[in-house]
Amino acid sequence: MAKGSETKVPMPTQDPLVRVTNFSEVATGYGEAEARTEAERCLSCKKKPCVDNCPVGIDIPAFIAEINKGDYEAAYKEILKYGSLPAVCGRVCPQESQCEATCLRGRKGKAEAVAIGRLERFAADWNLAKAAKGNGSKAPAVSLTGPKVAVIGSGPAGLSCAGVLADKGFAVTVFEALHIPGGVLVYGIPEFRLPKAIVRQEIAALRDKGVDIQTNVVVGKTVTVDELFERDGYKAAFIGSGAGLPIFMNIPGEALNGVYSANEFLTRVNLMKAYEGDASTPIFKGKRFSVVGGGNVAMDAARCAKRLGAEVYIVYRRSAKELPARAEEVEHAHEEGIIFKFLCSPTEILGYRNPDNPRDPKNGWVRAVTCVEMELGEPDASGRRRPIPKKDGEFTIETDSVIMALGTSPNPLIASTTAGLKTQKWGGLIADEYGLTSRDNVWAGGDAVTGAATVILAMGAGKKAGLAIAEALSGAKK
Amino acid sequence: MYKIVKRQALNHKVTLLEVRAPLVAAKAQAGQFLILRVDERGERIPLTICGTNPDNGTITIIFQIVGASTELLNHVPEGASIHDVVGPLGNPTVLEGKKVCVIGGGVGTAISLPVAQLGKRLGLTVHSIVGYQNKDLVILEQDFVSCSDKLVIMTDDGSYGKKGLVTTALQELIDAGEVYDEVVAIGPLVMMKAVVAVTKPHNIRTTVSLNSLMLDGTGMCGCCRVNIGGQVKFTCVDGPDFNGFDVDFDEAASRSRQYFDWERAAHERVINSFKEKA
Ligand SMILES: Cc1cc2nc3c(=O)[nH]c(=O)nc-3n(C[C@H](O)[C@H](O)[C@H](O)COP(=O)(O)OP(=O)(O)OC[C@H]3O[C@@H](n4cnc5c(N)ncnc54)[C@H](O)[C@@H]3O)c2cc1C
Ligand code: FES
Repeated sequence: MAKGSETKVPMPTQDPLVRVTNFSEVATGYGEAEARTEAERCLSCKKKPCVDNCPVGIDIPAFIAEINKGDYEAAYKEILKYGSLPAVCGRVCPQESQCEATCLRGRKGKAEAVAIGRLERFAADWNLAKAAKGNGSKAPAVSLTGPKVAVIGSGPAGLSCAGVLADKGFAVTVFEALHIPGGVLVYGIPEFRLPKAIVRQEIAALRDKGVDIQTNVVVGKTVTVDELFERDGYKAAFIGSGAGLPIFMNIPGEALNGVYSANEFLTRVNLMKAYEGDASTPIFKGKRFSVVGGGNVAMDAARCAKRLGAEVYIVYRRSAKELPARAEEVEHAHEEGIIFKFLCSPTEILGYRNPDNPRDPKNGWVRAVTCVEMELGEPDASGRRRPIPKKDGEFTIETDSVIMALGTSPNPLIASTTAGLKTQKWGGLIADEYGLTSRDNVWAGGDAVTGAATVILAMGAGKKAGLAIAEALSGAKK
Repeated sequence: MYKIVKRQALNHKVTLLEVRAPLVAAKAQAGQFLILRVDERGERIPLTICGTNPDNGTITIIFQIVGASTELLNHVPEGASIHDVVGPLGNPTVLEGKKVCVIGGGVGTAISLPVAQLGKRLGLTVHSIVGYQNKDLVILEQDFVSCSDKLVIMTDDGSYGKKGLVTTALQELIDAGEVYDEVVAIGPLVMMKAVVAVTKPHNIRTTVSLNSLMLDGTGMCGCCRVNIGGQVKFTCVDGPDFNGFDVDFDEAASRSRQYFDWERAAHERVINSFKEKA
């Protein structure tokens, strides 16, 4: 007989009415008692289908067993054997389509899967809290005297690659274009979903390992990949530059004031903290925002807009079933009063123009968005049913801001300034299974290779490439 | 941290700073810009690089106090540091032909100067036209004299040089028979638009340098998007120089005013905070 309740131990969260007025973390995390009760629900089955569905193959039942025993440090160490950044992954991984999707507990009858993500987060947070007090499980200090390796980009791919290499004694330098390291974890994913203090702590831990992190360096501009090798003596480079190029719809009105790419909106809010009262970076606080898209990025933008005090619509061209965002984010968005407009797509953004007063300050700003209703046809290449515009299905939504969250693609800056680095037509760097690119001694991984994907895949790719680099360079040393 | 090694007020609104940023100094070329943050909570603001000294690892920027961030920047004393400097960003200016006319308006002359100097280095014939509101605001005159084969200074009120706009001077030079392979115009959008109105009938290749609102400066946010001949381009990575004939100046002007009220209020807050401290 399986132990514990048929449902997951609920995640403690801030009340929706309260949390829409602040940027503090929505889900406050399990305490010890909750974690151990939830850990008991794991069947410790032999087949471990959860592990097969974890992109980095964490031995999930093993770490849960440690939590069950009350040895949280051992649980944390178990996770770190396969992954890094567990406090991040526990919070942002799409568990419902990965480990928890195949959990035997969840597949047997009507019971829910074990809350693997919440337990991962618990183990990580417990250790981070302990480390903050000075007695957590910390990597031993190593002096980095090995060959020099350059890591470009400080998102999850770059950070985990740097971690692996530092552990093996390579002299790693991370180059980051922005003024704060962390990639999407700091500029994209909002504070209320991933507190920046956690990212800072992970980065501090890397620095403690001896990794040199240089911000304000745009590779391709400040320094080129060739210069890193020829002038600066690096023996290998890892490109983890992400997929930061925003996509617009190319519909009329996108240049109007009040139209943002999700990247711009989220960067203003998260990286530049434009929501703080005395912020130095401006943001438009509209009355009604319309966010176009249905992924995590759209949910994040919508929920940030809500917290700026707006009424928020999500305009998505398919139906609720096809929403690509994490289930938890969709649920939280609903609870926070975000209004979903399914099966419709914008065709034009309408601007305000006062014919009698060319100096009217509202001139040039968004006033509405015209949409067309859609219906779902045959499945397309992604396996989801293709949305088709309905005849005479046009309608307008009055709105004063539109946020385009349609996806992103890799930035061409590095590829265009590095001879011999081959890319796919859509901009992704071409790399083999271990991340090796078409250029000698240059590896790549994460969104820069796959296009916009997930934290765990980027982290896994960084780690794999780090190991490959270590192997290649130690081979060369002999 | 990036140390300010020299600070010089060029007039009551415009300041020159020489900043230690060796990586930027080693690379920067005429037409490129940097993004800086004054302090750890600062906004990211783009400023054109007006000069470099790679041996000292320094770059020169010249800015006008127009808002909160430039006000704060103007209060950082010589010897102190600013928090972040990243660059060089954008594409270097490319000059074509043998004879160019480089036009700058107001603080835009700080940006047109390195272009004129580039022309001189390349051995081109360089005519410079610079325009200011009045005599007190004239800057960099000697620098322009040293790199220009002809220099015309214009002031709105006639208190120095000739009275009138830079376009008046350009029209006169063209009417007098000067034939330019290229005109480069750098200044307020209205000025650049007016220059294009003069050059277009003569079909003189005209380059303008746009100063769109920016955030990251690497093509990541699209905040700097402009309409160039019906296509969306990002000023930070596709520019800042564009063919003036293709630029939708009205759209660019509208976008650049986006945060006007907010910026004015922020500037007032900063001024008041300095007053309180004083
Ligand atoms: C708003 C948002 C929400 C998301 N939510 C989730 C989620 O809930 N769960 C999930 O799993 N995934 C989520 N994702 C996706 C996930 O964040 C990414 O897949 C992941 O961050 C990719 O990691 P990366 O290291 O490849 O790149 P990034 O995190 O994009 O980092 C790349 C870094 O490289 C830097 N860089 C780029 N070019 C250069 C250069 N030329 N020189 C120097 N540095 C450079 C960038 O500034 C950036 O810091 C989300 C993404 C966004 C935008
Ligand atoms: S400033 Fe962000 S894309 Fe140009």
